Amino acid sequence: MGDTDQFLHTSQLPVQALRAQFPVLQQSINGAPLCYLDNAATTHMPLAVQDAMRHFEQHDRANIHRGVHTLSQRATDDFEAAREVLKRFIGAGAQHELVFTSGTTEALNIVAQGLWAAGPGKAWLRAGDRIVVSALEHHANLLPWQQAARMSGAELVVLKPDAQGRVHEADLQALLTPNTRVLALTAGANATGERPPYETMLSMAAKVGALTVLDAAQAVGHTMPALSGLGCDFMAFSGHKMYGPMGTGVLAGRRESLDLLYPLRLGGDMVEWVSLESAGFAALPARLEGGTPNVAGAVGLAAAARFIDGVGRPALDQHLQALRAHAVAGLSAIDGLTVLAPHATQASLVSFISPHVHPHDIGTMLDERGIAVRTGHHCAQPLLDLLCQGPTTRASFAVYNTHEEVQRLIEGVAHALERLK
Amino acid sequence: MSAENDLYQEVVLEHKRAPRNFGHLEQPTHQAQGTNPSCGDRISVELQLAGGTVEDIRFTGQACAICMASTSMMTEAVKGREVAAAQQLQQHFRAVLTGEEDPEEAPLGKLVSLAGVRQYPSRIKCALLGWHALMHAIAQNNDGGAGSVSTEDIQP
Repeated sequence: MGDTDQFLHTSQLPVQALRAQFPVLQQSINGAPLCYLDNAATTHMPLAVQDAMRHFEQHDRANIHRGVHTLSQRATDDFEAAREVLKRFIGAGAQHELVFTSGTTEALNIVAQGLWAAGPGKAWLRAGDRIVVSALEHHANLLPWQQAARMSGAELVVLKPDAQGRVHEADLQALLTPNTRVLALTAGANATGERPPYETMLSMAAKVGALTVLDAAQAVGHTMPALSGLGCDFMAFSGHKMYGPMGTGVLAGRRESLDLLYPLRLGGDMVEWVSLESAGFAALPARLEGGTPNVAGAVGLAAAARFIDGVGRPALDQHLQALRAHAVAGLSAIDGLTVLAPHATQASLVSFISPHVHPHDIGTMLDERGIAVRTGHHCAQPLLDLLCQGPTTRASFAVYNTHEEVQRLIEGVAHALERLK
Repeated sequence: MSAENDLYQEVVLEHKRAPRNFGHLEQPTHQAQGTNPSCGDRISVELQLAGGTVEDIRFTGQACAICMASTSMMTEAVKGREVAAAQQLQQHFRAVLTGEEDPEEAPLGKLVSLAGVRQYPSRIKCALLGWHALMHAIAQNNDGGAGSVSTEDIQP
């Protein structure tokens, strides 16, 4: 493990100053300083985000889009300002709209269900159509498509990875038939850190007339191409993986594509007119935002985007990739330990297995030292069944993590394997 | 409290390294599988029941140290005993893990080495998975079919 010393003290970020923005980190777990390495599941919120939400709740809170009173107008302005901040954050163009959701899972369900729920003859998906998903997907970008296929009579086809967990353009090409109507793909696999060549893959699918769906939950907080530069109809992400509030998220996409979706939440604020027998839906984005939204959440999500832009995505990524490289080097040097997708150098997570020690036992032993990691299937059971026939331990990094913490991880894992083998 | 001393006692690790009664029975009369969806653990228990007695028991599967050791010790404890005794032992073991029974007073034998699990709520499912499969196998009608049970279905 001595050869990882080169990684110490190399960050370009003022990490200690940034850590002061995250009071939750200033605590001990089982007698050791908290070392929070479960950021691919949920990152923590900086004070700037918490302050923005508190300011909304203390000064502007009211229902939006309906009252003529001052607070309702302020709340509406706050909500729409958050929408504009987030559109800029993802590089949306004039052809795009952005819908607030409760998270990536809801966003992907709005797309998948919205493509069959209008019913036969009206829905985008028809019997005999093809839906292509990759095997790298989180369950949230797989199960809605399984259901969409069942409900519409479409066929679900899976783009399988090679033994190293990579997906290849040639394999996708072979699956793209003229009747392919959807490609659903991750921008970064949460279980391994694999990054598919999604720019090319989305374009390939768009070329055959398919709608393209990008799960950007693991990618949006990092450097990624502007939405307007992608052949992407729908992009989904969550607030709580990018330093924002839990229960917030976004579905962004082309207006003409979003208009294809049958709205799933019918009710207040999403209609043009209503009679006792019928109703006309409102235009985007209200059409897909039925009910009172989480306005404080939207405000917090926008504040999180500003926080990331303040840090700077290139500097942030450089820091995270250095932490990952440090972890991969140190963990790979441990006898009997295998790192999945070591080639995924752009990732900010590392997933690993040992033939003799179960991830849950490693996770408990690390928690004993105050180190929080994720263990299990990471909601990607089919992928892990293909790659390693079982669960993994995953450490994932954020702006506030340090090389000293990575060193604690490496030492903690080495100790757990030695003790438990 | 320390995981290293309380949870991973040497006897637990020894059972994990060399699980007893691991493998398949040639002609099981009852069997069931238990799964823990959150971690993907799977344990299959095969029984040979005759006249209300567990004549033989084997298990297979992949799981964490707590689950493997608990299931291994379970097979030792119930093999050759009456079904009713196995059910009583399961109730005592579960009551200890959920804090309803004092481990010092429960008739657990070697299984008392797993009592530390009660301090780790997220791991109680692990310790009970093999037992769920055993109880489910016992409850099977003797029709050759295999049942399955998930830790999500049962409150510990």
